[in-house]
Amino acid sequence: MVEKPGFFGRLANPSIFLKLSGAVLPWLTGLTVVLMLVGLYLVFFVAPPDYQQGETVKIMYIHVPSAWLAMMGYAIVTVASIGSLIWRHPMADVAAKSALPIGACFTLLALITGSLWGKPMWGTYWVWDARLTSVLILFFLYLGLMALWQAVEEPSRAGRAAAILAIVGSVNLPIIKFSVDWWNTLHQPASITRLDAPAIHSSILIPLLVMAAAFTALFFVLHLTAMRAEVWRRRVQALRLTQVDAARAGEGARA
Amino acid sequence: MHAFARLVARDVRLTLREGGAISTALGFYLVVVAILPLGLGPDLNLLSRIAPGVLWVSLLLAALLSVERIFHNDLEDGTLEVIALGPLPLELVAAAKSLAHWISIGIPLVIAAPILALLLNLPADAFWVLILTMLTGTPAISFLGAVGAALTLGLRRGGLLLALLVLPLYVPVLVFGVSAMNAVIVGPASFLSSYLILCALSLATVVLAPLAAAAALRLSLG
Amino acid sequence: MNAILDLGQHAGFIWASYGATLILLGGLIAWIRADARHQLRLLDELEAQGVQRRSARAASPQGKRGKGKAER
Repeated sequence: MVEKPGFFGRLANPSIFLKLSGAVLPWLTGLTVVLMLVGLYLVFFVAPPDYQQGETVKIMYIHVPSAWLAMMGYAIVTVASIGSLIWRHPMADVAAKSALPIGACFTLLALITGSLWGKPMWGTYWVWDARLTSVLILFFLYLGLMALWQAVEEPSRAGRAAAILAIVGSVNLPIIKFSVDWWNTLHQPASITRLDAPAIHSSILIPLLVMAAAFTALFFVLHLTAMRAEVWRRRVQALRLTQVDAARAGEGARA
Repeated sequence: MHAFARLVARDVRLTLREGGAISTALGFYLVVVAILPLGLGPDLNLLSRIAPGVLWVSLLLAALLSVERIFHNDLEDGTLEVIALGPLPLELVAAAKSLAHWISIGIPLVIAAPILALLLNLPADAFWVLILTMLTGTPAISFLGAVGAALTLGLRRGGLLLALLVLPLYVPVLVFGVSAMNAVIVGPASFLSSYLILCALSLATVVLAPLAAAAALRLSLG
Repeated sequence: MNAILDLGQHAGFIWASYGATLILLGGLIAWIRADARHQLRLLDELEAQGVQRRSARAASPQGKRGKGKAER
């Protein structure tokens, strides 16, 4: 079954993946809970209000990690898609497919918190700021990929089609980012306050890093769980097929 | 190279003979551009300011309508499999069919654009930029569209899905096409920098998109 | 809560952000967990009926199920 007995080669075997992920998940879940509690404590009881933005800076502690995971999620989808197209690992398909709803969810979260942050800062819920616009387009890419998975019935074809689209999208993402920045500098006066302060003080940076770590850990807990569910789903489908085959063979023998 | 040219000529001829795709795209383009002033009001100053964006966005939508057909008919009657078995690599097949789409749909839309620009009171000195930027940008629209068409080939509701997949990828072409035009109309940004980036985008798309389209076609052909 | 935590005039936006996070991520967690459990139960049911995949016939089917439960 496994050509290369390397770490990733063995991970490509669903049974070994299930065993390893089952061993890792309880620890990772515990880590997520601890990090999240520490992070929330730091955010609400330790971190000082920003001298410009006041307490609204608290929104940053979920906005920035969500935006980071939106991008990391797409990077995972891209890497898995390359693996799926080149080595045709079924686990790469599973990894790409399961990362999509999670990445899309964090992207949506980045958009929602960004717009809730924008209202007190800019006076409107939505500003066609370069960053928010790029994240919005990233959200559309996620939606397109999920829609493609849904539209193609056969899983292996859906996986390869989504992998092609994901790679086309990841080639385009830097260009989209560049063009949106270009568009933004043409249309917006430079005086608009940017979300990121040029230098972040450590009293703000440390809670931010803890929250980012907590969100990242949560992403991986969810991703691993979703991948396990996807492996089980495929096994259930395979079992149902053999069940139907056996029933047909039985009928054939009786007839 | 003969097979490539023959495939392009065949596709262009088929589209021209059928006529439906071209007239639908042109009609859609006209209706979208004409209905916008009804929503925005007849203020000619406003219309001329937003004319580049309106013309470009409507062009994208009109082109999207016909992109679905690039491979569809050939898949239905089995021609696509015959072509795939022929001497031409699938990448060149995809390129030829995208090129044929550009010639038969893209160019008519570009020709219609200046006429529609009159409705929007586009400044007179912007007409040549309109034609130039659209001629440069539309190949990217056809070639990227072909990727989406190949991915959604044979799917139910493929057309709607295609729009969702492809429109985000059109953003760079739209941004640089419009900003090249605005550079000439309102300044002060340089026309050449936007236009050269648009050229680079278009060239890169023409080279790279057929690779992805061919990979997607292989899926549909099994 | 505002008595302990004075979040200033924009408290509503901050609570709305954290509330949206709670709802979205909570929903995602619940959905993924429910899906995983559902698939595992289906798998257990099918295996209890004695259906086996061709590739799993050599391996022991208990190992797989044991791991699934270890997660909970």
